[in-house]
This record gives sequence, structure tokens and C-alpha cells, in this order.
Amino acid sequence: MAERREARFPVVSCVVLGLVLLCAVVGPWFAPHEASEIVLAESMTPPFWRSGGSLDYPLGTDMLGRDILSRIIAGARVSVTVAVYAIGLSGGIGAALGISAGYFGGIVDAVISRLIDIQMSIPAIPLAMLFAAVLPPGEGMVITIIVLTYWTWYARIVRGEVLSLRERDFITVAKVAGVSSPMILIRHLTPNVLNTLLVLATLQFGSVIVFEAGLSFLGLGIQPPQVSWGGMLADGRNFIEVAWWLITMPGLAIMASCLASNLLGDWLRDTFDPKRRLT
Amino acid sequence: MRAYLIRRLWQGAVAVLGALLIVFVAQRLAGDPVALLLPMDASEEDFAAMREALGLDRPLPVQFLVFLRDAFTGDFGKSYQWQAPAMALLLERLPATLELALAGLAFALLLAVPLGVMSAVYRGRWVDRLAKVLALLGQAMPGFWVGLLLILFLAVRLQWLPAFGREGPLHLVLPAIALGWYPVAAMTRTLRSSMLDILDSDYIRTGRVMGLPERTVIWRYALRNAAVPLATMIGVYFANMLGGAFVIEVVFAWPGVGRAVVDAVFARDFPVVQAGVLLSAVIFVVVNLLVDLSYGLIDPRIRHG
Repeated sequence: MAERREARFPVVSCVVLGLVLLCAVVGPWFAPHEASEIVLAESMTPPFWRSGGSLDYPLGTDMLGRDILSRIIAGARVSVTVAVYAIGLSGGIGAALGISAGYFGGIVDAVISRLIDIQMSIPAIPLAMLFAAVLPPGEGMVITIIVLTYWTWYARIVRGEVLSLRERDFITVAKVAGVSSPMILIRHLTPNVLNTLLVLATLQFGSVIVFEAGLSFLGLGIQPPQVSWGGMLADGRNFIEVAWWLITMPGLAIMASCLASNLLGDWLRDTFDPKRRLT
Repeated sequence: MRAYLIRRLWQGAVAVLGALLIVFVAQRLAGDPVALLLPMDASEEDFAAMREALGLDRPLPVQFLVFLRDAFTGDFGKSYQWQAPAMALLLERLPATLELALAGLAFALLLAVPLGVMSAVYRGRWVDRLAKVLALLGQAMPGFWVGLLLILFLAVRLQWLPAFGREGPLHLVLPAIALGWYPVAAMTRTLRSSMLDILDSDYIRTGRVMGLPERTVIWRYALRNAAVPLATMIGVYFANMLGGAFVIEVVFAWPGVGRAVVDAVFARDFPVVQAGVLLSAVIFVVVNLLVDLSYGLIDPRIRHG
């Protein structure tokens, strides 16, 4: 959408995403407190810049006196874990199906395309409700739901790309030269859709974080004592009249990660596909 | 047109069948419903009798056909919680959800149409930048969080608007903003790029050369044509709002279908969950079908041959 002549590298986005990843990997080492450490005497401490706040709890504490900053850091781990598995699996499955559909055509394409149609005609959240009612809650369930709803994204777009790649000379030449189908798929088609996959995966990161937060907010996703941003919002909702920081801070964490991955994704897309910059 | 209609109807039917199959499979995965219905100390014979009564002793394909037959008559069994037909319970709440979805759509359009048009007309100026920032925020701030912030600022702090329940038109304002928040970004961007294309076209230039007022050129001639891609999105997002306002309904204690389904998930009330999923899928398919068929009305150039 932007008419930036040359897209500027999104430094801030990378820093934010780097920070989120850092929190996910080594967060517990530098978090000021234990995420589930309860100090009732310190409950509902406001952020440090408000009267009554202190630098011991920079972003304040919740109703049980747990440190908000430490919990946000701990929540990053859940968000990133879910995102990595969900994106890896939905991207892998979607790309494999999309490439097969585009390359083989005929009955394979028909079956996969119908599957995509069916999946896409069922809105994601009700489907999530169905699985939430059936599967035991937790990270595994959240990942399953996301994979089930997102693979179509990858499959549809990759299929379209392969349809046009298939007609290109280098594939025809490979076929004439007697290269086997699996070899063409792996050696010649896959590398050509990697850029697209990378863009989709980056853009999906934010989307997965929001989706997971929504499920956890409803109480259907990540279950306590595991800390998640959505779960923190659900806790804070009950105290919205007395402690504004309980619902603003985790939301800001969600917004920052999501914004960063969207901006990075847009930049990657512009860089890989300069045509789009003009539209 | 007829061939196209038949093909789209067929696709819609396949999609609904697919949804039915998914619901059926999920129901089987959920474990033995008999165990949920019978007391803990029920005997083997009780189980067998119950299974026979429910038709669970028959082969799976037969069970699926029975399930299909019941589904087509809207029979998803009785809600375990409320002892009333599941689908009827949800249909009772459909008006509330419909009202919220319409209000959400109205909010989204009210913001997106002027922003999209202005940001194309004043490309690169402050309106355009504002639209860009709003679009980025719209995608990065989850609707339910926007809802919480609205409650915090407008209901708790300023006490301008009510936060919970459905008692009058004022109760509709905050949930509608939260629900309409997300589509604004995509709608603005779409309208902006199609406006940009059209403002470059010959007939707009002709209109200007003829001395038509700029306002007429933009709002009557350009917008009408630029709105076609927007119409598709309206359909998709409206369908999503109708079938997916679960979290927003919970945040604002809105007595709609979504909240009932969430409650049902917690209560393991499978008939209601199933009915809810199917209701959403059917609404989604039907709304999308109507949108596709309505193109011809908006843009006479698109008449399906």
C-alpha cells in the first residue's frame, strides 16, 4: 500500500521482535520476580510513575501481588512457543498441499481445493469453540486449532504461485530432461515459494498472538498457572474499575509484538515483490 | 448467470456438508456421550440400552446419515444445561447478534469510507498518514482489548456510555466500536487503492474536463466504482462478525449467540456447541453467496455469463 520508493528497513520492529524472542528464550533469567510469586501485601501496586508505585514492580502488580512485568515476560514464552509451532506446522502442511495441488493439478488439485473451500467457509472462531469443547485445553489445543484454520492461507497462495511457476521454462526443461516429480517439487518449486512463505509466516506471527490471546482470554486456551497475555487480560478485567494497568500492560505487549511482525512482514513483501510497492 | 448460480450453490452445499462432517467427527472425538448422560454408577446394561436408544450401536456411516437428517430439520438434540432444543436456544439469541454485527459494520463503514476516499484524494498528506497509522493499529490491537480499553475510558472513567448488557441503543455503542474496529484497516486500504486506480481513469478525467464539481466526481462517480472491491470485503467481514463475535460478546456481556456458545463450551453442552458452529457456518456461506450474487447489481460490468 505504501508508495515508499524504497522500503526502509523496519529497525524498531526488529528490535521489538528481538526483545520478545529474548524474553521467550531467557526471560526467567532477567525477570525481576518469579512470574507466579504471590505477595499479598503488595497487591494492586500501581506502575512506578504513579504515587504508591515503586521500581521493585515497574509495571505494577495484580490482585495477588504478582509482578506484571515478570508475568508479561513469562507470557512471551507461551506466545512465542505457540506461534513457532503453529506457524511451522500450518506453513509446512499448507505449503506441501499447495505445491502438490498446483503442480499435479487434476484430481489432486480438485480434492485439495475443495478442502480449502470447506475449511475457509467455516469461520475460525466457531471452529475453535468446537475443538475447545472436545480437546483438553492448553498449548497443544491452541496450536491444533490454529493449524487447522491457518493452513488454508498457505495452501491457497502457494497453489496460485505454483500454477504460474509450472508453466515456466525451467520446469518444462526439468520435466523434459526427465527429472522426477518429487525432485521437481523439492529442488525447483519449493525454493521459489520460500519468499512467499517467509512473508506469510511473518505476517501470521501477529495474527497467531492475537488468536491465542483471544482464546486464553475466554479461558479456553492456555490454562493457569501457565502465564499468557490473554489470561492476564481476563484476570484484569475483573478489576477494571480499580487497576487500569492490569488490562493495559498485557494488551500493549500484544499490540507491540503484533505491530512489529506486521511491519516486518510488509517490508519483506515489498522487498521480495517490488511490483506491489506501486499499488 | 444460471450456470454460475448453480455452481456457487453447489459449492455452498459442499461447504455446509463439510462443516457437518467436521462437527460429526468432533462429536465422536469428544468421547462417549452416554458416559455424560448416565449416572456414575450405571451398569453395563444401562450403557448398552442407552447406546441403542441413541443409535450409537449402529455403523458410523449410518449414524452420520441420521445426524444429517436431524441436522437438516434443525434438530441437534436438547441442550444438556437448559433442557431445550439447542438450535432454538441459539436462534432466540440471533437478533442480538445480528443487531451487534450490523452496528459494527455501520461503525466500520462510517470510518473506512471517508478515510479511504480522503486518503486517496489527498494521497501523501496528513489524512493519508492518519489512515495508515489507524490501519496498522487496527490490525495490531485485538478487538477485545479495544473493547476493554473502551470500557476503561468511556464507561468506567468518564461514565459516558454503559459497558454491559443490552438494554437500549446506548448499550450498542461500545461493543459495535470494538467489533467494527478490526475491519476498518482492511476496508480503508482496499478503498484507497481502488480509488487511486479510478481517479486515474479516463472517465474521471472526462468528468473533470466537463466541469463537474470535484465533489460530484469523487463521491458520485469514483466512489461508486471503487466500492466494488469493498463490497466483497463487507460481505466477508459481516459474515465473520455474525459468526465470530464470541470474544466481544463475552467482554460486553452481550446476550448473543457467541456468548451462549462460549458458555456451552464451559458446560460441555455439546448440542449447543454443535448447533452454534453449524449456524455460523451456514450464515457464513449464505452471506458470502449473497455478496457474490450482488456484484451484478453494484457493477453492471460484472454479469456472470
